[in-house]
Amino acid sequence: MSRTELQPQPQEERETQPAPDFKTDLLALVPFLRAFARSLTGNYEAADDLVQETLVKAWQSRDTFEMGTNLKAWLFTILRNQFYSDRRRAWRQAPWDQDAAERMPGTSQDQNWAADLSDTARALKLLPDEQREALILVGAGGFSYMDAANIVKCNVGTVKSRVARARKALLAILERQDSLPSRQRPDEGEAARDIMAQLDELAPSRQSDAPARRRKGHAG
Amino acid sequence: MSNDDNPDSGKSRAVRARQRAIGRELRRIYDGVVNEPVPDEFLDLLRKMDDADGVGDRKKSS
Repeated sequence: MSRTELQPQPQEERETQPAPDFKTDLLALVPFLRAFARSLTGNYEAADDLVQETLVKAWQSRDTFEMGTNLKAWLFTILRNQFYSDRRRAWRQAPWDQDAAERMPGTSQDQNWAADLSDTARALKLLPDEQREALILVGAGGFSYMDAANIVKCNVGTVKSRVARARKALLAILERQDSLPSRQRPDEGEAARDIMAQLDELAPSRQSDAPARRRKGHAG
Repeated sequence: MSNDDNPDSGKSRAVRARQRAIGRELRRIYDGVVNEPVPDEFLDLLRKMDDADGVGDRKKSS
């Protein structure tokens, strides 16, 4: 609505002014920051708080951003640092500060990180932090191994192995779930069909929809 | 037993198919958040940063 207000006014007083559309770039990247934050915190509100902190930090240190480098990766790095430092602080306060403990961003929260009820979203929460973040960055965020390595501050080989271990662990978790007797999951390698079935279950129109499809099937 | 290591074995094909499905699912979850509308509070915050540098915690009036 008021996006035009974000158009920077001339600010003569600052010499090292970043490119005029820095703030517009920040705004454009907010959705991605929210997705990454949601994956780290597992919680809607904690994630949005984290993104806000990140934007403030980014704005304060905008002079240290090198134009022409990857702004998204730079912001993800800030966000991740902020997440882990918030969490360390929350842990130190935890035993006696119940409020802080409840606000604590962390993956142990009882909320799904994407308000997503799928098996994969639940299984993601069971991965170690370092594996989950690597998998999200590379497997969902579209970062190169090199960019992901810079964000999580380790070498490329380590990122590759974390991603590989994360994939393997996810698969193992999902297959273990499949083998539970209470669920009817006849054969392996059918994740996509399972997911579609789950989406059908979640869709509000399912009850009216399903018989219609079945009738069509009989007719044909 | 060595059959499991064979890239063309039925089992490893099934595993690869399953891994691809998990990859699609990961992107679906992530993109689901990316595609959510951005709450106004973010725009408000960015707008506030025009005038004051620190937004609350760093007042620049001395």
